[in-house]
Amino acid sequence: MTIGRPENTSEPEEGVVLTAEQAKSRRARNIAIGVAVALFVALFYFVTIVKLGGNVVPRTG
Amino acid sequence: MSDASFIIDDASAPRAPVAAPGDYFALLKPRVMSLVVFTALAGILLAPVAPHPFIAFASLLAIAVGAGASGALNMWYDADIDGLMTRTRGRPIPAGRLGREEALAFGLFLSIMAVFTLGLVANWLAAALLAFTIFFYVVVYTMWLKRSTPMNIVIGGAAGALPPVVGFAAATGAVDLSSLVLFGIIFMWTPPHFWALALVKREEYGAAGIPMLPNVHGETRTRLEILAYSIALAPIGVAPYLLGFASPVYGVVSLLLGVALIACAVWVYRRRDGEPARRAAMRLFFFSIVYLSLLFMVLVIERLLALSSWLA
Repeated sequence: MTIGRPENTSEPEEGVVLTAEQAKSRRARNIAIGVAVALFVALFYFVTIVKLGGNVVPRTG
Repeated sequence: MSDASFIIDDASAPRAPVAAPGDYFALLKPRVMSLVVFTALAGILLAPVAPHPFIAFASLLAIAVGAGASGALNMWYDADIDGLMTRTRGRPIPAGRLGREEALAFGLFLSIMAVFTLGLVANWLAAALLAFTIFFYVVVYTMWLKRSTPMNIVIGGAAGALPPVVGFAAATGAVDLSSLVLFGIIFMWTPPHFWALALVKREEYGAAGIPMLPNVHGETRTRLEILAYSIALAPIGVAPYLLGFASPVYGVVSLLLGVALIACAVWVYRRRDGEPARRAAMRLFFFSIVYLSLLFMVLVIERLLALSSWLA
């Protein structure tokens, strides 16, 4: 891993430059977090539906 | 300053994590978590009125995540001694795949999420019990008892025994005798289970500075205590039938398993040297897993059957 501007490059890169392995693991973690958040939202959606249950009466008129 | 001076080599650069999602999952101690799910399910199914299946599922998920979070916090605190024992050397932190700070943040975040989710999905008594379970496992057991007393797993075992109580509370909003009996079974099961392992891994625990019973009071005392706890556990294992919340089938199974467990403990008590002693201890260790799994399996199956016949 290098920090700052690598030598001999025309486009200077700032900040932390990840290795291929680190970039791959970061992508895998990001996907896992995305899936977990989606499942969490779905969990609360269905819990809300179940808890409301028959208390939600369709409004007429 | 030349461009070259901006190049910092690997050794001095801030470390970017290489942990895969699987490493974070390993922090949750999946095998312990599966046992927690199973015992908490038994607690939920003991409820006189079954909760909605999805609420039961969401409650179980929150309890499982809470248990996993306490496992992550345990690995954060114990990273130093985990690296000294072969059994725990491959865990993500001592293996260098994940930093302690990440494990701490992960464990704290999941603990808070699990407790609040259980509170919102089920009720706040269950959430408070889950929070107490995490606190007891991390602070009382991991930080205090584990490195200071050979009674560490006796008292600390309460944390592992609480999931059925949490499950019952999630389903009913209360705690009653039946859930406390399940607590008692796991509580009395924990010492013979871990002391059997400690007999075999005595040197490793000693090298790591963990005062397990064989290291502090010797193997003879440990074998005697294993036998005493097994004899005490067997009748508690039958108690669900005696108290009327399990069937005669459970009664017979728990009686037979209890006798077999005591036989294994007697074997450990009598075989004290060399390979036969090691084999006897490992036999008890593995049979104790079978014992607890089968007891709760029978309890869960007969509750599910009763539930399905009630629904039909």
